[in-house]
Amino acid sequence: MSDLVFWTGAVLLCACALAVVTARSLYRAAYALSGTLLVTAAFYAALGSPLLAAVQVLLYTGGVLTLVVYALVVSRGATETGPPRRPFAAAATAALVFGALASFGRSVPPATPAAPPDGRELGLLLFQRYLVPFELLSLLLLAALVGALMVARLERAP
Amino acid sequence: MTPARLLVLSFLLFSVGMYGVLARRHLVGMLLSLELMFNAGNLAAMAVAWGYGRAAGILLAFFGIAVTVAEVALGLALFLLVDRIRRTTTPDDLSLLRR
Repeated sequence: MSDLVFWTGAVLLCACALAVVTARSLYRAAYALSGTLLVTAAFYAALGSPLLAAVQVLLYTGGVLTLVVYALVVSRGATETGPPRRPFAAAATAALVFGALASFGRSVPPATPAAPPDGRELGLLLFQRYLVPFELLSLLLLAALVGALMVARLERAP
Repeated sequence: MTPARLLVLSFLLFSVGMYGVLARRHLVGMLLSLELMFNAGNLAAMAVAWGYGRAAGILLAFFGIAVTVAEVALGLALFLLVDRIRRTTTPDDLSLLRR
């Protein structure tokens, strides 16, 4: 991955992320989020994992955008109700966290390049070594689905 | 193009998302910012997987995506419930326990 690709992606990513947290209209914020997720998917593809890029586009971008837009449509008011809450304190906290993380990030060892695993290798890992987490994940998804239905179904106990 | 650069980029995304969670006044806005933070975590896992040849990092990002989607579904269901019952979309109005 060349530097040009990296910096283009980084600038796009930051612009979309800033739009997510500052846009007045939440529809705009949601579309900016999908932009962020798509650029991230491009990063995944450039880093040698087209499988993860496909999952990101199909499941994450498609699923999240659909859900968010649907929830905004059926709820009241899809714009921010006022100015940001304590923007300077929030920005200072975020900058502090970034500083702490980045000082940690400076000490990472240089890359040791290796051939990226292909789909076959990932599938074998997923269904042999990480089979139990995979099954737990399916349980979690089922529980989240049922839970979301239960929560959103406005029906009070008699 | 190094893993360190990718990690710093993901830290930046994480901080921007954190600002959004702290400063947003709309529940869905907070949820979207939370998504940014999750996405930054996945990107960091992927950066490590790429830089050091660990296939498990790709699987971690994969699991992260699945968990995040579940969390969004549940969060939006809660948002719809709050919107219908409490008739508000601002977390500031949900301070029942503080009174």
